[in-house]
Amino acid sequence: MIVMANNKISALIVDDDSIIRKIHKTMLERLFNIEAETVKDGKEAVELCRSGANFDIIFMDREMPIMDGAEATKQLRAMGVKSTIVGITTRAGGEDREEFLAAGSNHCFEKPLDRAKVEVVLREHKKFTI
Amino acid sequence: MLGLGADLLWADMNRLLAFLFHQGVLDEQFLQLQQLQDETSPNFVSEVVNIYFHESEKLLTNLRALLMEREFSDYKKMGIHLNQFMGSSSSIGAKRVRNVCVAFRAATQQNNRAGCLRALEMLEHEYCYLKNKLHELFQIEQQRALAAGVRYPAQN
Repeated sequence: MIVMANNKISALIVDDDSIIRKIHKTMLERLFNIEAETVKDGKEAVELCRSGANFDIIFMDREMPIMDGAEATKQLRAMGVKSTIVGITTRAGGEDREEFLAAGSNHCFEKPLDRAKVEVVLREHKKFTI
Repeated sequence: MLGLGADLLWADMNRLLAFLFHQGVLDEQFLQLQQLQDETSPNFVSEVVNIYFHESEKLLTNLRALLMEREFSDYKKMGIHLNQFMGSSSSIGAKRVRNVCVAFRAATQQNNRAGCLRALEMLEHEYCYLKNKLHELFQIEQQRALAAGVRYPAQN
């Protein structure tokens, strides 16, 4: 059983699909008591972090207009962002995963993001204890 | 009897869901969606699914418009639409629709126009079927909620 330690975890959901933003936000808030903000592409995520916003976890979609997830991850790491970054892709093959990990993400999962995948991420987070 | 209507409708709902799971139309992601529904957002699933229908119809229109162009060659744009369709379909548990998107995407990667046309027809068919079945499910759910909410005066 996962128990939350001291503070509430904060998350950023980066996805161009409004359905996915709604589902993921609701899932994080209802099942894990995680506060979640949402943006619709990688560029917005980068600008938000550049403006000083801090997130424990960033759930990053791969395919997005303007700036995709791998590029956004690269830029966030170059800025010194230390958040756990979770890449999410529609492709099961290794190429997207390799690209995400090479860009600096901590995980890469195939869509859909579900409870079990979020638990994998949270088990590694210092704000959670088992 | 008072609760019988609601109970029968509940059984109908479960039968329909079991059928849709058995047919591979839906997968466990749909169940996860249902788990997010509670008293504070009692219509969460139908709200999400209705947004999905609205967005999916736009995507299908765009896909058909692209393929019908006389000088069509923008397989990349088609792939972008399909990625979006795949992502949203998998997120609501629409398994068969998602699987057809995978096959469709493979056809775009091979620049196979005939294959894309076949896949589009299959996608439109699967989407229509899903939409009809989910509408049926939500209708039963509404009727059940109404039946469960009926009150009769006590008989002395």
